[in-house]
Amino acid sequence: MINLDIPRKFKPLVRQAHETAAEVLRPISRKYDLAEHERPVELDMLAAVIDGMNEGNSEVGGTGATGVRRDASDKSQGNRNGTNLSTALAIMELCWGDVGMLLSMPRQGLGNSAIASVANDEQLKRFKGRWAAMAITEPGCGSDSAAIRTTARLDGDHYVLNGEKIYVTSGDRADLVVVWATLDKSLGRAAIKSFVVEKGTPGFELVRLEHKLGIRASDTAAFLLKDCRVPKANLLGDPEVNPEKSFAGVMQTFDNTRPLVAAMAVGLTRACIEEMGCILKGCGIEVDYCKPVHRQPAAVADYIRMQADYEAARLLTMQAAWMADNARPNSLEASLAKAKAGRTCVDVALKCVELAGSIGYTETALLEKWSRDAKILDIFEGTQQIQLLIIARRLLGKSSAELK
Amino acid sequence: MTSLTRLGLRSLSRMAANPQLDKLNLRKPTEKVLYQGTKVGFKTVTAANRAFKAVKNLGAPQRLPKSGGGGDLFDLKPSDDQAALQEAARTFAMEQLRPAASASDAAYAAPEALLAQCAELGFTALGIPESLGGMGAERSAITNALIAEAMAEGDMGLAFAALAPSAVSTGLVLWGDADQQARYLADFAGEKPPAAALAVQEPVALFDPYVLQTRAMRVGNGFVLHGLKSMVPLAKTAELFVVAAHLEGAGPALFLVESSSKGLSVEEDRSMGLRAAGCARLRLESVSVPANNLLGEAKPAVYNECIQLGRLAWCGMAVGCAKSVLDYLIPYVNEREAFGEPISHRQSVAFAISNMAIELGGMRLLTWRAASLVDADLPSDEAVTLARRLCADKGMQIGNDGVQLLGGHGFVKEHPVERWYRDLRAVGVMEGGLLL
Repeated sequence: MINLDIPRKFKPLVRQAHETAAEVLRPISRKYDLAEHERPVELDMLAAVIDGMNEGNSEVGGTGATGVRRDASDKSQGNRNGTNLSTALAIMELCWGDVGMLLSMPRQGLGNSAIASVANDEQLKRFKGRWAAMAITEPGCGSDSAAIRTTARLDGDHYVLNGEKIYVTSGDRADLVVVWATLDKSLGRAAIKSFVVEKGTPGFELVRLEHKLGIRASDTAAFLLKDCRVPKANLLGDPEVNPEKSFAGVMQTFDNTRPLVAAMAVGLTRACIEEMGCILKGCGIEVDYCKPVHRQPAAVADYIRMQADYEAARLLTMQAAWMADNARPNSLEASLAKAKAGRTCVDVALKCVELAGSIGYTETALLEKWSRDAKILDIFEGTQQIQLLIIARRLLGKSSAELK
Repeated sequence: MTSLTRLGLRSLSRMAANPQLDKLNLRKPTEKVLYQGTKVGFKTVTAANRAFKAVKNLGAPQRLPKSGGGGDLFDLKPSDDQAALQEAARTFAMEQLRPAASASDAAYAAPEALLAQCAELGFTALGIPESLGGMGAERSAITNALIAEAMAEGDMGLAFAALAPSAVSTGLVLWGDADQQARYLADFAGEKPPAAALAVQEPVALFDPYVLQTRAMRVGNGFVLHGLKSMVPLAKTAELFVVAAHLEGAGPALFLVESSSKGLSVEEDRSMGLRAAGCARLRLESVSVPANNLLGEAKPAVYNECIQLGRLAWCGMAVGCAKSVLDYLIPYVNEREAFGEPISHRQSVAFAISNMAIELGGMRLLTWRAASLVDADLPSDEAVTLARRLCADKGMQIGNDGVQLLGGHGFVKEHPVERWYRDLRAVGVMEGGLLL
């Protein structure tokens, strides 16, 4: 039966996440925006709380990156609201607080999502409780992740990794980095595998931290891999090169994580809209939801458009997460959500800065920061353009060779 | 048996396969349609104003219980009953409305036989309580949204013509008193429901439905109405109107006006789209109606609900029409070749398709969200406004891009997309006409 409310059982979690965002993240938001590369130590205690929340209830997953694991044994009949949805809802709240902080949350990295999605039981156990970052992008390849040049060569009980990785979120602070590398460049995307590399492994060198437009609380690292030896057992998923499904297996992580990145964008969008609502009120402008917009101030028309786009992004995100919870293929819906949420958060944040004038443009308020933070959400985990490609290929039945 | 009856049979047999229909008491009207279709074929319905046959006053107004909220879980799956109804409506729309759309657009009218068949499908009766002769067990805006989307997917203009009378009957169920319901609803629930129209719009730029030019004054033991309404569907054939007018000393209110009333006239005012509904202006010159023709006691909450449910209905229509654009464009851009390959191999074309899907998805979810708040009896004005904003903006964008992707072919009537472009412009314009 159609119902688009936040499920009753998740309301305590949402409230908890919101209070955390309001009381822990917001107060230190500006501090770490100004102090780039400084580790937000306030998050360490918070991370312990989140670990506890994730342990405590398997269905109401907290803010966890591990909430994306799809349990194959759970083919229960009827409607399910599980960890994909609860995680998305919690992330919306935390990113209402601060996106950079959410990305810096210990043990909640994208690498943790990858491990949760494709690791076997032995690996799950071994990497439990460790913070894992993800290294995909290289200087010569971004969106075209099938073109990566980092190599992995089997040598006895180890893989030997060589290459260069950039834009590794939390690369400095994480314990582990999930590195994408190819077993054989001539075999194309089927030969791309992901390897868990422990920090401190000889040949795994952090070369620099980036200075960024936004999300400055989150560190973004570059690594060099020089004859870096990784145990064989650290390869995630199937070690065989199977042209039929290997790359799809790696990419499957994204079906689960794209709704979560969309959720980040939704949270940031709401922060902007709420702030803007207060500013409008301060200007003596009340939004009338019955009177036609063309009979109200232009700022109200803008505000209502922003709210409508926000709602579309929010509900598309919930839809994608809900489908994942119900074990329905959601690749299309995940991209619909990511595309809508990514562009909406940028459009809304920039419009709010414009409407708020110098109050929005200066560091007195957080609007200018949010408009800088927003941009990454329309880029990482698949840019706007990549999402549009994924959607179009699926709707039109086109291969990547036909629709480039 | 005519081919149309045969098509109806096919769609309805699909409906009949669903055991839930017995619970909804839909089996009977289904069988009735088949009987009617076979018996009378396409005998035209007389447009003469009937004497509404008042039935026994039940002493208290009959309302349908609201279907309530959707429970404790987030869920985007329609119930089995809703899915069956939507599928039946969609099959009917695609097999019978779609083929008749182009001719109806040109004729600025819907074929009477087709409207009669729509009436026989029973969507109007589904909104009328059983105690008043209808088939309704509960009121669900979500169900109505699903039906509006399905019907508009066939053709928005014909869907408007088909669903316009339900706006009047639904208004009577929601706000009518026992006397008003006894006077009119038996006819709406009967075999030949009257054409009827909810007239809110006025020919005023920047129109605000809460600020009406049409006036109603208390005179003696009744009201006298003056004014001009526009975009009134089925204006020439409707036998009963619900007219929005500013009641002196009270505010905007709704009045029941029978088409035979003295001082009422129809003026042609053809619209760019929705042409199958035959919209025209309705002029009221000192039209007298009795005191008990005031609907909903001029309560502001009633009038607001009327406006909001009307806006929401247009959202449902926009979703259906926008879906038809996307579904039409996908095979077209795959088949159409330029520079030696399908135009869908170009990102500028492919991305326009992606954007249609993204915005259509949002339009549908916002419409459902608002409708589910209505069903749960929660405040819904804001949700309705957001749905209307998105459906008006993005629906028009989809119509615009649809024509653009067809290029010159989109501009000619060989393809239906130019009609959808015209129809989708209505979403940001229309007030009233429909109720979800």
